[in-house]
Amino acid sequence: MSNSMMTGMHDLSLWLAVPVSLLLVLGGLITLTGALGLLRLPNFYQRIHGPAVYITVGTGCFLVASMLYSSAALQRPVVHELLITGFVILTAPVVSMMLMRAAVYRDLRKGNTDNTPGNAYKFPREH
Amino acid sequence: MSIQLLTLALGFAQLCVLLAMVFCVIRLLRGPTAQDRILALDSLWMAAMLFILLLGIGFASTVYFEAALLIALIGFVSSIALAKFLMRGEVIE
Repeated sequence: MSNSMMTGMHDLSLWLAVPVSLLLVLGGLITLTGALGLLRLPNFYQRIHGPAVYITVGTGCFLVASMLYSSAALQRPVVHELLITGFVILTAPVVSMMLMRAAVYRDLRKGNTDNTPGNAYKFPREH
Repeated sequence: MSIQLLTLALGFAQLCVLLAMVFCVIRLLRGPTAQDRILALDSLWMAAMLFILLLGIGFASTVYFEAALLIALIGFVSSIALAKFLMRGEVIE
């Protein structure tokens, strides 16, 4: 394994470099798509779906790519990226659920049940 | 051959994550309600974690892994605290 002078990256064999590159490109595209959804969607209840996609799938792609690359570069199995994967998979739904509950409570408390065109969810009316 | 491929793919991924961070900052500054801003802040934490992970691949160092793990941990705790504050008006009931 020779170390490149330019970037500090290790030189992998081609059959491993191709899947690592594909995973990196796929993770980047998914991250960009999720953040674009956060920016462009019209309603909060639609906007919350975009980051959920890239926090789970984009992070998974990057972490698998990092595991493959580190294992090949250090010539021993490197699996400590699984810690981040497990942590993110455990905590991302909790954050989404708490934020969604807070938003529903705030909207119900303010009393706007159908506020904007393109609203995805109708709140139950109080009797 | 393979090192050019890896460098290109890594540069593309870093560019995508940086653009995602810019989008999150725009939503954070523009968001009409408070929950939009907190959602954008949580997404910004996660995008920063991904960017530090990509830096760790690029510099071939495992030091960046601990930084990414710490950022994920602190981001989770702060987002939970902010969401609790939005719901009840106080963090610990």
